[in-house]
Amino acid sequence: MIGLGHYLAVGAVLFVLGVFGIFLNRKNIIVILMAIELILLSVNINLVAFSSFLGDMVGQVFAMFVLTVAAGEAAIGLAILVIFFRARGTIAVDDINQMKG
Amino acid sequence: MIAAFAFYLFAIIVVLSGAMTIAARNPVHSVLWLILAFFNAAGLFLTLGAEFIAMLLVIVYVGAVAVLFLFVVMMLDVDFAELRAGVAKYWPFATVLAIVLLAEIGGAILAWTNGGLVPVRAAPVAKAVPNIEALGAVLYTRYLYIFEGAGLVLLVAMVGAIVLTHRRRGDVKPQNISAQVRRRPEDAVVNMDPGVGQGVSL
Repeated sequence: MIGLGHYLAVGAVLFVLGVFGIFLNRKNIIVILMAIELILLSVNINLVAFSSFLGDMVGQVFAMFVLTVAAGEAAIGLAILVIFFRARGTIAVDDINQMKG
Repeated sequence: MIAAFAFYLFAIIVVLSGAMTIAARNPVHSVLWLILAFFNAAGLFLTLGAEFIAMLLVIVYVGAVAVLFLFVVMMLDVDFAELRAGVAKYWPFATVLAIVLLAEIGGAILAWTNGGLVPVRAAPVAKAVPNIEALGAVLYTRYLYIFEGAGLVLLVAMVGAIVLTHRRRGDVKPQNISAQVRRRPEDAVVNMDPGVGQGVSL
């Protein structure tokens, strides 16, 4: 029978994959943003799994807020990416230090 | 039986497509794998009985966020082969870090399973009520202000994205609507009475 632990395991594997992706593609900010989306998705899986197995609605409400913040984060992140590309002609992020004081 | 089959199907595909998202060489393929991961996560949410979140995932994530990623990846002319160059250097450290993190999370899950956590329900689910109705009953009463705050976050994100990417170009002559509306006949039309044999000087 499928229990809460199964869903938590899926969430854990997705979270680790997201962190792994951030370190693996350290130059490519588009893939970094996608890895962050994966991390937020794993958090959502955890929240909804707990909500379902504990019979509590609050987890799903918070999953919705996480979704909202993730959408805003993707929009702002891609906007910054576009203006950075316009200014520099590349999206390699390992040498972004032009805003250093 | 069917539930277990559905869970393993969705779980395996979501993990595999998540792995392909970060491993694909072409970022367009990455976005497409991400879309597959979102679809299967929506399937996982359906098996948990959270229909509204599942549909939200398909509509908002696949329909808006993933398409936004796709637009940006396709519209920026980026040399992606150059960006992949660091992968060979980074992956040993990343693998070690991932294994440590996975072990930690696994230990946390085991500790939670053995600890006998007693849940305190803030908003218990009534069995007969459909998922969307139950979610709305909680969202529009207890979490109303946080819900409004979420709307504010989206508004700020929208305004911020527009302000960031908007640029005023210098090489075009845009239409100045207020100047057009303000223009009156006496500004535009001049009655002249030139003498015979004389031209009109403008």
